[in-house]
Amino acid sequence: MLIKQADDLRYSDITPKSLYFNRRRFLAGVPAAFLGARELLSPSARARAGTTKLTAAKSPLSTTGEKITPEDDVTHYNNFYEFGTGKEQPADLAKNFKTSPWTVSVEGDVAKPRKYSLEDLMKVAPLEERVYRHRCVEAWSIVVPWIGYSLSALLKEAEPTAKAKFVAFESLYDPKQMLSPFQAGIPLPYVEGLRLDEAMHPLALLTFGMYGETLPPQDGAPVRMVLPWKYGFKSVKSIVKIRLVSGQPPCTWNEVGANEYGFYSNVNPNRDHPRWSQRKERRLGEFGKRDTLMFNGYPQVAGLYSGMDLLRYY
Amino acid sequence: MQKRRGSKILVFLLCLVPLLWLGWRAWNGRLTANPIEFITHYTGDWTLRLIVIGLCITPLRKILNQPDLIRYRRMIGLFAFFYGCLHFLTWIWLDKFFDPGEMWADIVKRRYITVGMAGFLMIIPLAITSTTGWIRRLGGKRWQLLHRLVYLTAVCGVVHYFWLVKSDIRQPLLYALLVAMLLGWRLRTWMRPAAKRPAPMRKTPAPPSPVYSQSGQLVEREPPAEA
Ligand code: HEM
Repeated sequence: MLIKQADDLRYSDITPKSLYFNRRRFLAGVPAAFLGARELLSPSARARAGTTKLTAAKSPLSTTGEKITPEDDVTHYNNFYEFGTGKEQPADLAKNFKTSPWTVSVEGDVAKPRKYSLEDLMKVAPLEERVYRHRCVEAWSIVVPWIGYSLSALLKEAEPTAKAKFVAFESLYDPKQMLSPFQAGIPLPYVEGLRLDEAMHPLALLTFGMYGETLPPQDGAPVRMVLPWKYGFKSVKSIVKIRLVSGQPPCTWNEVGANEYGFYSNVNPNRDHPRWSQRKERRLGEFGKRDTLMFNGYPQVAGLYSGMDLLRYY
Repeated sequence: MQKRRGSKILVFLLCLVPLLWLGWRAWNGRLTANPIEFITHYTGDWTLRLIVIGLCITPLRKILNQPDLIRYRRMIGLFAFFYGCLHFLTWIWLDKFFDPGEMWADIVKRRYITVGMAGFLMIIPLAITSTTGWIRRLGGKRWQLLHRLVYLTAVCGVVHYFWLVKSDIRQPLLYALLVAMLLGWRLRTWMRPAAKRPAPMRKTPAPPSPVYSQSGQLVEREPPAEA
C-alpha cells in the first residue's frame, strides 16, 4: 500500500504552528519530514517469525494516552547481549533460539519450591495485556503492550518464608546458542534482583507476550520480567530461575560498573548516568527529546522508597 | 599523468562510499529504530577509520617502497575531517538541537565528549592548512610539526571510544592497537640514529633540480612526506 493516512506519518507531532514559532522543533522537523517521506516508500514491517497468538484481557493497570511504539521497532532494536551488542543483532542471532521445552525453577526461601513448565507457569494467573512505558538506561524509550500477570501471583503461590527478603532472577545461558561472555562484554548468565516488596508490587509483570503474541526471542522469549519504573536492564529476559534469598543478590550490570548501574536503577531524571544525562529521552520514532519522568511516570511505586535518598540508592 | 589522475579520483570516490551507503540506508529506512544514534555511531566510526588509514600512509610508503602513496594522504585527511564534521553536526543538531547551554554542559561534564571535542578541535587547523599555499606559508618543517597534531587526534578518538562504550571494548581495543602500532612505528624511526635512518624518500622520478620561487624559497608541490 503506497498511500498512507496522514496520521501514520506522525505529522501531528510537528504541528505547523510550533513549526513556525519554535526553532528547535523546526530543526527536529526537517529530518522528521525526511523520514516521514521515506516511510511512504519503505516496505512494510518485517515478518515476525515463530510466535503464536496469545489472547489476554485488557488490564486496568495499563498506561493510557501513549502512542504504542511500532512493533517492528521494538523487535529490531534490542539490548540482549547474549545475542550481540549491536541493536539489530539479537533479531538476527536469536532467530533460532530454542524456547521449548522450557522450565522455570522457583526456589530458595520458599515453602513450596517448584519447577514449572512454561505451560504451567502461564496458568498461575490470568494473562492480562498491559501497556507500559519502557525506559532504557541509554536514554531511549518505547511503549509496549505486554502480556503477562503480576509476579506477585507466582510468589504468593511459592509462599516466601520469613527469611526471604530479596528475589534473584537468572536468565538462561546456553553457550551453544549464545555468545561468550567476552563477546557480550558482560559476565553470563545474566542475573538480576529485586527487593521482595518491589517484586510483589502489582506493576512488576511476569511477561510471556507482546503485541498480541508470544514474545519473540530477541525480546526475551519465552518469559521475562517487565518493571516499568526501572531502567530496562532490570527487566531480565529468558528467565530460568527465580530464587528467594535473604541477602541482596548480585546484578550483572551492577557488577560491571557499580557507579553506573545501581541495584535499584529506578528511572530518575535527577541522577545522571556518569557518562550521560538522564533528564531526557528519545522515544523511538520521534525526533525531539522528551523529559524523563521520575519512576518513568509511575508514582504509585514511590511508597517502596519512602525515606530513601534516591541519589544515594540509585 | 592520466593514470595518476584516475587513481586520485578513484580514492576520492572510495572515500565517498560510506556517505553514499548512509544515504542509501536512510532512503530505504534502514537506519534502525533509532536513526540518530545510528548516524552518530556511523559517522564516528568513519572519522576514526579514515584517521587510521591516513596514519598508515607513511609506514606503507616505506615498507612497500611506494613513495607515491603520499598523493592520497591529504585527501584522506580531509575526508576524515569531513566525516568528523558530520559526526559533530549530528551531535549539535540531532542530539542537542543547537542548545549552547546543553552542549557546554556535556562538554565539561562528560569526559568522552571532552576528549572527542579536543580531538575534533585539533584537526580543524590541519584541515585549514592542508593546502599547498599554507605549506609554503608555514614552511615544510613548521607545517610538519603542526600536522603531528593528528597523532593526538587519533589518541583522543580512541580514548573517546573507550569511554563511551558500555561494556564491549573489542572495537575500541582494536583501534587502540592499530593506533599504538602506527605511532610506535614512528617512534622507532625517530629513535633510530640519524646515520642508520633511510634517506628521505623522493617521489619517483626525482625532480632534476629543486624548484625555487622568486623569493628564493623552496616550492613544494606536495606536502612534506615525513610524518
Ligand atoms: C576526532 C574526533 C572524533 C572521533 C574520531 C570520534 C569517533 C567516534 C566513534 C568511533 C564513536 C563510536 C561509534 C560506534 O560505537 O560505533 C563515536 C561516538 C560518539 N561520538 Fe565521537 N568522535 C569524535 C569527536 C566527537 C565530538 C566532537 C563529539 C561531540 C561533541 C562526539 C560525540 C559522540 C557521541 C555523542 C557518540 C555516541 C555516544 C553514545 O552512543 O553513547 N564525537 N565517536
